[in-house]
Amino acid sequence: MDAALKKDLYRSMLNIRIVEERIAELYPEQEMRCPVHLCIGQEAAEAGSAMALRSDDYAVSGHRSHGHYLAKGGSLKSMMAEIYGKATGCAGGKGGSMHLVDLEAGFLGSAPIVGSTIPIGVGAAFSAKMRGEDRVMMVYLGDGATETGVFYESLNFATLMKLAVVFVCENNLYSVYSPMDVRQPAGRSIADLARAHGIESHSADGNDVEAVYALSRDAVDTARRGAGPVFLELATYRWREHCGPNFDNHIGYRSEDEYELWKRKDPVRLYAEQLIMNYGVRQSDLDTIASEVRAAMDEAVAFAKGSPFPDTGTASRNVYAEGIA
Amino acid sequence: MSRDLKFFEALREAQDQCMAADDGVYLMGLGVPDPTGIFGTTKGLQDKYGAARVMDMPLAENAMTGIAIGSALTGMRPVMTHQRVDFALTAMEQIVNQAAKWRYMFDGKHKIPLVIRMIIGRGWGQGPQHSQSLQALFAHIPGLNVVMPTTAHDAKGLLISAIESDDPVVMLEHRWLYGISDSVPEDMYRVPLGKAHVMREGDDVTLVGLSYMSLENLRAAELLAERGVSAEVIDLRSLRPLDEDTILMSVRKTGRVVVCDTANKMYGASAEIVALVCEKAFDALKAQPERVALPEHPAPTSPALSAGYYPRAGDIAGRVLSQMGRDVDDALFSVPEGQNHDQPDPTFTGPF
Repeated sequence: MDAALKKDLYRSMLNIRIVEERIAELYPEQEMRCPVHLCIGQEAAEAGSAMALRSDDYAVSGHRSHGHYLAKGGSLKSMMAEIYGKATGCAGGKGGSMHLVDLEAGFLGSAPIVGSTIPIGVGAAFSAKMRGEDRVMMVYLGDGATETGVFYESLNFATLMKLAVVFVCENNLYSVYSPMDVRQPAGRSIADLARAHGIESHSADGNDVEAVYALSRDAVDTARRGAGPVFLELATYRWREHCGPNFDNHIGYRSEDEYELWKRKDPVRLYAEQLIMNYGVRQSDLDTIASEVRAAMDEAVAFAKGSPFPDTGTASRNVYAEGIA
Repeated sequence: MSRDLKFFEALREAQDQCMAADDGVYLMGLGVPDPTGIFGTTKGLQDKYGAARVMDMPLAENAMTGIAIGSALTGMRPVMTHQRVDFALTAMEQIVNQAAKWRYMFDGKHKIPLVIRMIIGRGWGQGPQHSQSLQALFAHIPGLNVVMPTTAHDAKGLLISAIESDDPVVMLEHRWLYGISDSVPEDMYRVPLGKAHVMREGDDVTLVGLSYMSLENLRAAELLAERGVSAEVIDLRSLRPLDEDTILMSVRKTGRVVVCDTANKMYGASAEIVALVCEKAFDALKAQPERVALPEHPAPTSPALSAGYYPRAGDIAGRVLSQMGRDVDDALFSVPEGQNHDQPDPTFTGPF
């Protein structure tokens, strides 16, 4: 892995971290008037997997989609404007944080009904196959989505048709406040569920960005050469509450100790240390990346705050093709 | 050039012509390529267009709907078929939350050219889960189009419009219409979404109906004509968008309206039409609007229990006569010799 790629992985992770922390910081101003599901702590899984995609490859995601959208190359300004409900947002203020889209970046969309974008992603891969395109679809999902019926239906079809899909499951152990042990039997791995469908399936440390990238690159290659879908289960952890800007370790569904354990596995900090200690990257290089990322976020926030709200008349637009009310 | 085609043949011809015209059109559904071809509506098309474009599918209606959506938003034009409406309920999440919303919630960045054909069963013991008429569930949702053809002509023209539409269209096809035939042009014509059809002109009462009930309305109009009442028969063809103008113009002329639906009454299409008339043509009404619809219980299976379930022409005509303060005669309710209540005609035998 060359030095430029390492820096790109770091930049992508740090970008997600800085954007999400800034959203958390600004959220109490109550100007972002939509739910936000922050992915702080999960950056390696998101940046490492998306880095394996071409820009014309596709991705879809669920409710916690900021990281996937950004890692896939989605416009930060459009995302921030969308969260602020502005006309310049990627969905014109119709969608908010849970409905991000950037077609130029191949990010087809996100939706918060858990599991629902899985078949839509598989369908886009089916379309690519029918049209003779060599695009790969990366379907992002969480551990909770593996409990939905549509997940199994989608795995079945993806493998039946040998579609170019890489399923990236970030297992962060909780569905809102519900831990794995009330949702899935002990000792059964999510990766095995995919394997049982005859799908090549791997489990990995989702906080190790290089490991995630290496697995994803192989998975994307497998999918692209027509050998069928690949499933990746990435162990990771969300630091903040399910929805909103705060920490919630004190309310009783998980422990402070567990949080501290995962915080010691901070993917961004660990990778920075690794780059400096093992690969001769200078702290000043990382600082430069950080200041560039911060400047871009400052600009995006200013753009979002400075953009106009959509005209109220647009609320009834784009229900149908020709504006039938 | 036109010739007589049966309703199912008209549907097959529409799909055939759309597939020939656009490589992006493909058909999927349980049994689509099987030897019977969805009651003949897809028969022979796999031989003509190949297994990749005329395909069977796993028993996974919800995911397959999502897969159709995903393909539609990346350039394909899927036509999905459910042999009974009832099975489509397992796909409501994808239909309502996704298909109907992706254009809107991404502010026009996506289009979803998706057609979902659903067949309404009736009779021969189809029972509680093979004969539901659930158009109201779909027509309630902004973002969906809902069409219900009655004639073979409209079946072809509406299906072509549906496939060419850049928005999702739910097409509900009544099983009892499959065998009727009427004049169908050979060319690839369109019946626009959202336009009702005045099947018969009249002055005394407006009978608004859809799908199979429009045929009962035509029969009722005959019965009424024999009794000196002139009924106008409007076949809605589309529930969403709804052709308000045609309904209101007729009611302003006749001053009376009876709405006949293939579904339950409560919260149904008949309620919507009556509300429309009351809101926008109240001053024209000479009598209270009436509705003819199914009783508020599921469809029973045994012929003994189903005999009274479906209203027929005599019920509609009787309702009109009551509305006009006229006597209702028993002759209205006599079933012609050789007919059974659970078959559309004696040639149509079960199981189906």
